[in-house]
Amino acid sequence: MNDSIMKLFGVVFVLFGLLVAFTSRWTVFEAKALRDQPRNARPILEELRIKRGRILAANGAVLARPVPGPGGTFGRAYPFGGVFAHAVGYSNAALGQRAGLEKSENDTLTGQDDAVSSFLDELRGHQRRGNTVVTTLRPAAQKAALAGLAGRNGAVVALDPRTGAVQALAANPSFDPSHPARGGSQFDRATQSGYPPGSTFKTVTAVAAIDSGRFTPASTLSGRSPQIISGTPLSNDAGEQFGTIDLTTALTNSVNTVWAQVAVALGRRTMTSYMKRFGFYRRPPLDLPAGERAASHVVDFKGRVREPTSDQVDLGRVGIGQGGLEVTPLQMAMVASAIANRGRLMTPHLVARTVDPDGRTRSTVKPRLYSRVMKPSTAAQVGTMMQSVVRGGTGTQAALSGIDVAGKTGTAEVGCNRQKGVQTWFIAFAPAKAPRVAVAVAVECSGGFGGTVAAPIAKTVMETILRG
Amino acid sequence: MSARNRELLALVPASLLVTAGFAAILIQNAGKGGVVDNRTISTGSLTYGLLFLGLCLATHVVLRMTLPYADPYLFPLVAVLACFGLVMIYRLSEIDARRQAQWFVLGLVLFTVTIVVFRDYRKLEGYRYVIAAAGILLLLLPRVPGIGAQTNGAYLGVRIPGLFVFQPAELAKIAIVVFLASYLRDTRQLLVQGARRFLGVTLPPLKHFGPLLVVWGSAMLMLVVIRDLGSSLMFFGGFLAIVYVATGRLSFVVIGLALFALGAWFLATHVGHVHDRVEAWLHPFQGNLYDKVGGSYQLAQGQFAMADGGLFGQGFGQAVLTTPTGQVIVPAAKTDLIYTIIANELGLFGATAVIVTYLLAVQRGFKIAMLARDSFSKLLATGLTAVFALQVFVIVGGVTRVIPLTGVTLPFVSYGGSSILANFILLALLLLVSDRARRPA
Repeated sequence: MNDSIMKLFGVVFVLFGLLVAFTSRWTVFEAKALRDQPRNARPILEELRIKRGRILAANGAVLARPVPGPGGTFGRAYPFGGVFAHAVGYSNAALGQRAGLEKSENDTLTGQDDAVSSFLDELRGHQRRGNTVVTTLRPAAQKAALAGLAGRNGAVVALDPRTGAVQALAANPSFDPSHPARGGSQFDRATQSGYPPGSTFKTVTAVAAIDSGRFTPASTLSGRSPQIISGTPLSNDAGEQFGTIDLTTALTNSVNTVWAQVAVALGRRTMTSYMKRFGFYRRPPLDLPAGERAASHVVDFKGRVREPTSDQVDLGRVGIGQGGLEVTPLQMAMVASAIANRGRLMTPHLVARTVDPDGRTRSTVKPRLYSRVMKPSTAAQVGTMMQSVVRGGTGTQAALSGIDVAGKTGTAEVGCNRQKGVQTWFIAFAPAKAPRVAVAVAVECSGGFGGTVAAPIAKTVMETILRG
Repeated sequence: MSARNRELLALVPASLLVTAGFAAILIQNAGKGGVVDNRTISTGSLTYGLLFLGLCLATHVVLRMTLPYADPYLFPLVAVLACFGLVMIYRLSEIDARRQAQWFVLGLVLFTVTIVVFRDYRKLEGYRYVIAAAGILLLLLPRVPGIGAQTNGAYLGVRIPGLFVFQPAELAKIAIVVFLASYLRDTRQLLVQGARRFLGVTLPPLKHFGPLLVVWGSAMLMLVVIRDLGSSLMFFGGFLAIVYVATGRLSFVVIGLALFALGAWFLATHVGHVHDRVEAWLHPFQGNLYDKVGGSYQLAQGQFAMADGGLFGQGFGQAVLTTPTGQVIVPAAKTDLIYTIIANELGLFGATAVIVTYLLAVQRGFKIAMLARDSFSKLLATGLTAVFALQVFVIVGGVTRVIPLTGVTLPFVSYGGSSILANFILLALLLLVSDRARRPA
């Protein structure tokens, strides 16, 4: 009988082994699949219990903070309402919805990225605590940008050209991050829109022209209007006639016919190559979720993305910011920033550093070079040309007393409510000798000109940053 | 060292565990309140720890006086399990923990009474048919209108008005094991000797196999009457274990299992709620089964709770059991799903520790059976141990989806009076067998 009892114990041993095997299956091996089950409310409940870290502006102002809710849970408050809504985004743990920095920095904000300490926390049975994210955003500049837009649709982006720090990232209309579904627009015009850049793009053409060695600021071309470009006549603004003028004069007065000729002369490959150096045709490298950043590029009449190397692209019109160019204000701010920073385009970023719950700095974002766009000499020459735009050309309304400003206006014809309208632009940087700010302003269907509508906005934003 | 001194020593880890467990939960609760009150931690945990320690010592003294030679490790193992359960239930509800502690006191009283009354447990043999009848009667009780209670389609409870719901199956399992052990002690020789081989299978003589067919029949009937796959599996498995040890014939077990499978298949396809249980087992996350009353919701929530456990668990008192608004998300946490809460808070390691503790207890049970000197004692110890082991398998296997989930208790761990009382009687019987076996001649 004892033999049978031994065997019976063997059976129990196997059965219990099965229990351990299945327990490990659910607790470890298939745990992730179970957590991903749509019916599993636990990950959400867990998320609700995490004291999410704060998001701060560069000056320490609170952009997002946790607020205690029922049953040990935490909600979220956004003291600035819609002012920073696109950059900061929102987090609704109950619905599992997130956007902006709340989404891209979620692991930091929930303390999830500290693998070691969260394991220790588990052993100690401690609640996971989120880290604070300190941004580069400056509330005064952000407010000045929105005040400048004054309710009109559009966007303002301000970068520190030396580091890539985003000082303002404003778009109108905005939304209430506490109630993102309750109206407004979550579409971030600063990073997602596809606007025709108009004449601001002539700075890109100018960089390509001078950096390639094919032209100098003193090179002369005919400014008569109209001229046949790609088989169709192209006119200057208001049909204005110019004689044979140099490139500085052509930029100062935004002469379409000259810059179209330059682009055609440079050729498809050179234009494509310089556009790519500026970051066109790639999602801008900003620390926002990928879905909230759009690449700037040329599309053909069917809406397909084309590079200027394609013969479907009207190179001359692309050279003056038309011909199917679709760009974001962020991209144009990057263009200004590259010229401002001696040709070195720094990676734009919103996060300055992260701080743990005990106040220790966990990580600091160091300035990173994104692309060496042009020679420093080119940057200096184009910068000088842009200064004359503000000093005596189309952009005089951006001038600041005592500070040299370099800029370029843009006025693109677009459809506005089925009628012909204009999209106004201004890109600039200042102080011209040692730039600390580079901006791009775009206003939809504003009427007027880049120099009268967008330039004053750029002026107040730069002034706020430089004098703040 | 004498058996009892070893037992005393083995009780130390159990008492340390219970004190540490209560302290952990109290710290947790105090932390939730915002203020950590050191006094509550020490007094609360010490009170519970001391109370439990006192109970263990009292039982130890009873054993020292009545069963000096009994197995020294079985009781400490049970104490570990009981303290696990008590800490777990305390974490879920302090009121329930107090009730559970009261049941433990009552269980230990019953344990002592069993030891004293059945000092010579072999007297039980003489009452085997009375005991069998009582066992069957107990099983049928839940079907009696007025007092019977149905949960999720299974008839497992008897409502004692104004008091509590009693689960007669817990006691019936002991009665049936006692009957089978004594019956098979008499007939085991006959079953083996008269066997004939037919188509390569050893068949016992019909004359003696008859009563066993009756047992099978009643097991099937039980399936139909109480409509619970799990408890039927437990009873029938215990029966097969005893038959196997009594005869040493694997063929009897194979035939028995085949017959059971047939019955179970019939039930799974023809009885609505058994069918539901099987469907829930196979597809716990399917919408219609999940949303159905008595569907897979409980099973799915148990799985989700385990998934959060990982290797080391979330820590004592950390399991998420309700939504922030107080809505319960883990139903039957203190009874059916207690194992999933253990897996959630203590992780795979904690859950495995519980299973290993059960395995060690089962090993002691079978050891007692092997040391026993007469057939009845051997079969009795085997049967009791097998039923105990199967009960663990049925409930843990149920929540971990090894088999369909049915509501039996996790012995000494789940909340529930009937379970504690019955399992202390079972423990007493095993120790009685052990004392006799190890007593110097």
